[in-house]
Amino acid sequence: MPFQPVILITDALFFLLTAVLVIFVLMIRTRPHLKRPWQKVIQRSTGAVSLCVLLTYYAVALLDSMHFHPRLDTQVAAEYQYANEIVSVLDVIMTPMRTQVEKTFSAPLSAYSFSKEMIQYDDGRVEHVYPRLKYGGAHLSDPGIEKLADLGQLLLRGIALGLFGWAVIMGTFILLSTASSGQALKHQLHTMIKDKSDYPIGAVSVTLGLIAVLIASSMVVGSQYHLFGTDKVGQDVFYQAIKSIRTGVLIGALTTLVMLPVAIILGSMAGFFRGWVDDVIQYIYTTLNSIPNVLLIAASVLLIQVYMNNNADSFDSLTERADMRLLFLCLILGITSWTGLCRLLRAETFKLREMEYIQAATAFGVSKYKILARHIMPNFMHIVLITVVIDFSGLVLAEAVLSYINIGVDPATNSWGNMINQARLEMAREPVVWWSLSAAFIFMFVLVLFANLFADVVRDALDPRVSGSD
Amino acid sequence: MISYIIRRVLYAIPILIGINVITFLLFFVVNSPDDMAMSQLGQKYTTEQQIEDWKRERGYHLPLFHNPSVTGMAQLQETIFYQKSVRLFVFDFGSSDSGRDISYDISQRMWPSLAIAIPNLLVGLLVTISFALLIAFFRATYIDYWSVIICVALMSISTLFYIIGGQFVVGKLMRIVPISGYDIGLEAIKFLLLPVIIGIISGIGASTRWYRTIFLEEMNKDYVRTARSKGVSETRVMFAHVLRNAMIPILTGVVVVLPLLFMGSLLTENFFGIPGLGSYTIDAINRQDFAIVRSMVYLGSVLYIIGLLLTDISYTLVDPRIRLS
Repeated sequence: MPFQPVILITDALFFLLTAVLVIFVLMIRTRPHLKRPWQKVIQRSTGAVSLCVLLTYYAVALLDSMHFHPRLDTQVAAEYQYANEIVSVLDVIMTPMRTQVEKTFSAPLSAYSFSKEMIQYDDGRVEHVYPRLKYGGAHLSDPGIEKLADLGQLLLRGIALGLFGWAVIMGTFILLSTASSGQALKHQLHTMIKDKSDYPIGAVSVTLGLIAVLIASSMVVGSQYHLFGTDKVGQDVFYQAIKSIRTGVLIGALTTLVMLPVAIILGSMAGFFRGWVDDVIQYIYTTLNSIPNVLLIAASVLLIQVYMNNNADSFDSLTERADMRLLFLCLILGITSWTGLCRLLRAETFKLREMEYIQAATAFGVSKYKILARHIMPNFMHIVLITVVIDFSGLVLAEAVLSYINIGVDPATNSWGNMINQARLEMAREPVVWWSLSAAFIFMFVLVLFANLFADVVRDALDPRVSGSD
Repeated sequence: MISYIIRRVLYAIPILIGINVITFLLFFVVNSPDDMAMSQLGQKYTTEQQIEDWKRERGYHLPLFHNPSVTGMAQLQETIFYQKSVRLFVFDFGSSDSGRDISYDISQRMWPSLAIAIPNLLVGLLVTISFALLIAFFRATYIDYWSVIICVALMSISTLFYIIGGQFVVGKLMRIVPISGYDIGLEAIKFLLLPVIIGIISGIGASTRWYRTIFLEEMNKDYVRTARSKGVSETRVMFAHVLRNAMIPILTGVVVVLPLLFMGSLLTENFFGIPGLGSYTIDAINRQDFAIVRSMVYLGSVLYIIGLLLTDISYTLVDPRIRLS
């Protein structure tokens, strides 16, 4: 095999989550009453556009979760040797940005280093100049004159490539939708161009076009230059920001996976059985809720740090260790965030169990657990979904703050919080090193903004109490 | 009323016990004092004797629950659980791992925290309520639509960005106020100005949107329609009817956080170098000072429970329809 796959624990959970999502979508497609609110979500242009952006982030995170040991060129006793390092599919796609490491800071798209250096020429002259970068714009002989033209050329190539990719996507989409609707291609095109469809096809295709062009041109330009400059040890900032997507998405998504079962089971049990079960569950969540979240997280992470320091031998590699810490962080965030949903579900179950159809089920002798699973849980699922979508953006923001206070992910993990943490001291430099911070903030902002917009649309569509007026 | 309060206070006791048990489990059972000593003193080249000394100095050498080496009540009292956890009930925080008196530190450091938190809360409330009222006044127009979008955008920006950006623009480029630090007396104002303003700005998006929803909900109610049909002017409807009734959910939401103001804000205080309880906690986390973190966890929980109690009481005060029983 050309590679040796590695599945980290968070990878496995992330794949599991993806599988759950896919099954969920397939299930919804066959049930009209579940399908309708989601149709409403993607019929709103805000909803459809945000979904496109979020799916792009998700795809990047998924690519970055497929890890493996690459094969080395050397063979020992006819057996392939595999490298010690763990890389992901995304790393392979971004190979130029991953491997082109400079000496130290360099500004975005610059061909020169950020700090002056002594350079000795062959004739013995010594000069104090900004040295050329090893990779960024290295193919130019005189960056001062050629750089702009070269950048323009690369950009054009990127845009062309992006548009081509976009055309392929749109073409497949049109063919598929024609095939599924059973209409003639001409008719289908007519509906789409005249914008007579129920779906915001115009907005979606513009978004997809933008995404395709952005990805393609950043890849093309990024292979020759450092798009967002380099950091203190010369790593490409754009690469770091992209790698951080996995951490952000994972924290938002896995935490949900951790907290959902607990919140659903305990919440519905408290509301359904009442009595001492209710008392115990209420006591548990009031107690947990009373501890300020940040402090509980801090205390838990501190203890995990101590545990990991004392058991450093049980982790095979740094990657595994960082992965373990990420998983722990998700667990802890899950523990602090299930209480809110649990309380909502308890109240909803309280209301539902008084409904007549539940009483009818009881009268027919349906067992209690069956009533819970069949008649109550499906009826509060909209609350679960709304909460999940709303919580997501908060968790992404929380990661950055926690990593900043050093109680977040492992310092070796790529994350926006770590990028901000490392870069903020450089603000004191003269001139300012602003690119690391900006890259982290921009990528985080886009994810959180579209997650928030999506949450709004989902809430409007799924919550029966929200009327169309608002 | 009084019987209700007494009942609520009694109800808080099992919760406090629960919190105490959780912190005890977290800090002494999940990781033994040996682990703590190891991570404080370093992994290698640490002798048994050093660990033993470290534990003895801080009182961690005692057994967890039961001490068979002494007699009588002391069997229970000479334990970590009694010395470290039970004493928290009477707010006896003991001394930190570096030997300072925690109660004294807290009493000193809560004032800078309050100096930021109180103006932040009051001015923030004033600003966000005015914005929300204005947006609600222009409901269902483009102003409303774009204001909500701006609010969503504002709340999507990380707090870290507001702080770093504010420090950079106001403190470094414009040099209006010092970037960080603290002073006593009136001199403190110039240090507090920037953190307070940034605190307000970073909270504007979320709270304005939230208050707008409350106002809109209130404006769709029947009594507002009645008032309008009587010919009451729109301004009077907004201020005398809508605002007054919307203040109930707003104020009760504020009351919960009132006691927690003492705890300060971790991020703001850390960035601006303000010697409050927030930076105290962060320093403790970074130094891995478990005694302080434990005390702060307990203190924070107690304050939160007090906040809940105050919320229930304030409901009866602002809304005569609610009777506590």
